[in-house]
Amino acid sequence: MHSWETFSDLLRNRSAVAGMVLIALVLLVAVAGPGLAPYDPLKPAPLERLQGSSERHWFGTDSLGRDIFSRVIYGTRISILIGLISVSISLVPGTFLGLMAGYFGGRIDSLIMRLMDMLLAFPAILLAIFITAILEPNLTNTMIAVGIVYIPHYARIVRSSVLSLKEQLFVQAIAHLGGSHARILARHILPNAMPPIIVYATLGMGTAVLQAAALGFLGLGAQPPQPEWGAMLSEGRQYIQIAPHVAAFPGAAILVLVLGFNLFGDGLRDALDPSLRMV
Amino acid sequence: MRKPIACVFLILCLLPALSFGADAPVTGGTLIWGRGGDSVSLDLAQATDGESIKAGIQVLENLVIFGKDSMNVEPQLAESWKVSDDGRTWTFKLRRGVKFHDGYPFNAQAVYDSFARVVFKEHPYNSYGQWKYPSLSLGPVKDIKVVDDYTIALITDKPYAPLLNNLALWLCPILSPKAMADYKDKIGQHPVGTGPFKFVSWTKDDQIVLERNKDYWGEKAKVNKIILKSIPEPSARLMALQSGTVDIADDLDPDSIALVKKNQKIAIIERPSVNVGYLAFNTEKPRLKDPKVRQALSHAVDKDTLIKSIFAGLAIPAKNPFPPSIWSYNDAIKAYDYNPEKAKKLLTEAKFDFNTEIELWAMPVSRAYMPEPVKTAELIQAYFAAVGVKAKIVRHEWGAYLSKTQNGEHDMCMLGWLGGNADPDNFLYGLLSADTAKTPGAANVAIWKNAEFTDLCLKGQKTFNKADRTKIYLKAQEIFHAEAPWLPLVHSTIVRCYSKKLHDVPLRPNGLNSFQMVWKEK
Amino acid sequence: MPLGYIAKRLFHLLLIMFGVSVLVFLMLRMIPGDPARLLLGEFASPEELVRLRSQMGLNQPYVVQYGIYLKNILHGDLGNSLRNGAPVASEIGVRLPATLELAVAAMLIASVLGIAAGVVSAARQYSVFDYGSMFMALVGVSMPIFWLGLMLIYLLSVMFPIMPMMGRIGMGSEPDVVTGLMLVDTLLSGEFGDFLDALHHLVLPSFTLSTIPMAIIARITRSAMLEVLNKDYVRTARAKGMSEAVVILRHALRNAFLPIVTVLGLNLGLLLGGAVLTETIFSWPGLGRYVVDSLMARDYAAVQGCILIFAALMAVINLMVDLVYGLLDPRIRVHA
Repeated sequence: MHSWETFSDLLRNRSAVAGMVLIALVLLVAVAGPGLAPYDPLKPAPLERLQGSSERHWFGTDSLGRDIFSRVIYGTRISILIGLISVSISLVPGTFLGLMAGYFGGRIDSLIMRLMDMLLAFPAILLAIFITAILEPNLTNTMIAVGIVYIPHYARIVRSSVLSLKEQLFVQAIAHLGGSHARILARHILPNAMPPIIVYATLGMGTAVLQAAALGFLGLGAQPPQPEWGAMLSEGRQYIQIAPHVAAFPGAAILVLVLGFNLFGDGLRDALDPSLRMV
Repeated sequence: MRKPIACVFLILCLLPALSFGADAPVTGGTLIWGRGGDSVSLDLAQATDGESIKAGIQVLENLVIFGKDSMNVEPQLAESWKVSDDGRTWTFKLRRGVKFHDGYPFNAQAVYDSFARVVFKEHPYNSYGQWKYPSLSLGPVKDIKVVDDYTIALITDKPYAPLLNNLALWLCPILSPKAMADYKDKIGQHPVGTGPFKFVSWTKDDQIVLERNKDYWGEKAKVNKIILKSIPEPSARLMALQSGTVDIADDLDPDSIALVKKNQKIAIIERPSVNVGYLAFNTEKPRLKDPKVRQALSHAVDKDTLIKSIFAGLAIPAKNPFPPSIWSYNDAIKAYDYNPEKAKKLLTEAKFDFNTEIELWAMPVSRAYMPEPVKTAELIQAYFAAVGVKAKIVRHEWGAYLSKTQNGEHDMCMLGWLGGNADPDNFLYGLLSADTAKTPGAANVAIWKNAEFTDLCLKGQKTFNKADRTKIYLKAQEIFHAEAPWLPLVHSTIVRCYSKKLHDVPLRPNGLNSFQMVWKEK
Repeated sequence: MPLGYIAKRLFHLLLIMFGVSVLVFLMLRMIPGDPARLLLGEFASPEELVRLRSQMGLNQPYVVQYGIYLKNILHGDLGNSLRNGAPVASEIGVRLPATLELAVAAMLIASVLGIAAGVVSAARQYSVFDYGSMFMALVGVSMPIFWLGLMLIYLLSVMFPIMPMMGRIGMGSEPDVVTGLMLVDTLLSGEFGDFLDALHHLVLPSFTLSTIPMAIIARITRSAMLEVLNKDYVRTARAKGMSEAVVILRHALRNAFLPIVTVLGLNLGLLLGGAVLTETIFSWPGLGRYVVDSLMARDYAAVQGCILIFAALMAVINLMVDLVYGLLDPRIRVHA
């Protein structure tokens, strides 16, 4: 089977394995969170604030005396959720628009792609800031904003796969045989366009986590007292001189998770679609 | 034996000289002033933000001004004044021989133009600006009369005791009529006044440069130049102060100030402020209608710990709507003590619904009265949780926050007030009377409509005798305490951190000063 | 050929800019929050609000507001800032050079280090250096740059204070503004010490901003080089006894420039986005910070102006990249 080959390819790919290990680690922490965390991540202890790393508080405490280690642990769930949900939000409409544009071409194509160009004219973070500001800043809206920002990227990728698939003989043959558009799209084009989408989505999880963290950092993301990594890091900026640990650990956590997604995505790309290496 | 004696002699001679050297003001040098953001407009009649005001008051002057370190009104461009018996006409005698920075003479016409452009729609300069708070400054002024070149009269439509204090605010500066005519709507970018410093240049988001006014009418400024530098990051401002890159660093967070206190090269002055930070209960929401519930919640919060931690000790706990530095403060009132058990008991007695979340609105911006609003909210949330009240923190962007709270959409909201004119009326009538509780646009965000309290406030406005006014306000504070429409949290301490090279650095309770007398060691 | 092509691209550009202007206009007004309210703060009365709103022209219908805006743009006027009434164009003009200086410096660092790492990695494929630098590249794209910036500040400005943590130049030594580019202006003023100081201030922010493009460039360079190194003409060159260094530098690198140029163009958006965060952390008085501040203050005119400038910059750079692409490789025909 094709997928088995891919899978064993993946296992032989060091990058993919390293990525899987990192992601598995974070997932494990997310699942086992309450068992691992030594303290309540939300309960302030104001008189024990801004303490450095110690045996009692491995990662120190934040400005309200909460245990940063526990907060980082609880934060894994939020970040994984951000990755999954934002990517789904960009993936589904992006793929749909890309399919439409590529398959039907002509007016539909230029309409959709001009719209996408307009969105792409904004630097991603600015567009995300705009959307969260419109929707009111909170975690859900952060995911929506980050999701919307990357729709054009999926649309472009899918469109270009569709364009090349459309030219291929078997699709044209089916079209001549009278297959409906929906059937051709769903049964023949979409499955063949999948590999690059999967690769891009995996890498996109990392990007989404980074963008959401940036929004959190600018104070537009998760609302207090939620232990979202970007927001935690943002607080640390203020204490960079007296308590650098407040910023250091949440940032390191972001790095680990995003690195996991990127390593895995890289491996996946090599295994699924070597031609994508250049992108 | 001669040498040691000579040395001792020399040292003895030098000692007083050295200490003298530190005490005698030196003229010259550049003062670099690090602050959180850029000014918006230096025409202070159009300014609302602290960054504009602190720069503008170096350049512009008023008829009257608050004392160097107090909130008592003193003469500035007016030498004396009197109020007519009906309390409606204020006559000011103006200082002679004063010139604006552009050489234009200061006189009653200049005062007229500076005020009339704000008050009268038909004045030619009226369209040149966005007059932010006319009702707060010259609001009740209905007529302005130039009596002679150096006498001007302001006529109000009703007796209005706070007017003099209002004139001492930043909002009523006197500008050169020539500059107002020349620069038109750009006057805010090129202020021309009579102050000890002249405006030189302005690089947006970066710095404003002022220079010593050599022809100043009073005692001339000591430093040659002031550079106001925008450094948005508090941590960067802190470092700039520590490294000596700036001489003054404004708005450091409480934790940084605690750090600065250990630094030998940095001086700190602290002043009790004229502000209050509070949590308002929306008294129209069914669950907060019962005063018992509000009293219970007042017992639930440990203000001392709040101050010790988040405010790093730079505040005093509040029990009244205004701080003790303002006259008529009622110190006989016994504050609600921190007592979670009592809070729980009162809540149960009042049949409070513990199962539904209650909204706790946190300000999205930090203010002197609330330097860490979100953290404060998180802590209050935890205190409420400890007595079984589930509070949900709600944040809105600042503009929306103000509109929505003034529309009464919140359950509880954090807010504060800076009593610029140091008059109790400013707090009591402005923030707590039934007149200001009308939504939308209710400054009384507790939407608290207490007839007795409101009557007292209105009576206070019409009473010119200070002793009588005091009695009225003492009573009003008792009602406020019993009804608990707010949970008054803190009166923050105003702090100025500066290099010890600077001397004679002033600090008013409202944090706004002219730097005329400040001098810098070589 | 290129002239017609350029004309067509420019037309497209105008179309997109028009779309962007409508989009920004609408989005801004969908954001809750009223600029007048924000300006007046907690101490304002309702009457003062109403008056200020009408002075700002905010009480007119959107269509009218947009019409005025568009008319002004066509006259080269981006309108006046709602916060301080200053012309937006001049507000942008002051800050744009700061951002450009930062971005160009970052791109320079990214290109030099990224290309070097990529070339060496390709030449020594599967070596420790190769694995090491490719792993670092991956770390580079996985890091929140605001975190990197903060950690660099902590390390190099707090713990070992050898780097300034903010600003473009030491206070008091600002040169007269000629170009707005600090490096150029200090040189023009003839103060070489100030030039070095400005350079010193530029190091941390531009390095922080350069990490992501550097990582991407390193990876692309490596794979482009590998592909070229396996081509026949390179093998021939090697067989002819050319030294490896000459082969790599002359043939391979030249051909590898194509994908690199593309990436440079594609990452401009990334760079501008990164500038928002970098400028915030390093108190850099640039456009990135300005646009975020303006958005927070609902300064409609300022945000509209900035986004238009951003969009135009990106479109123009993309066009230039395409043209350079055509010049570098005549085989690539631009499909008009």
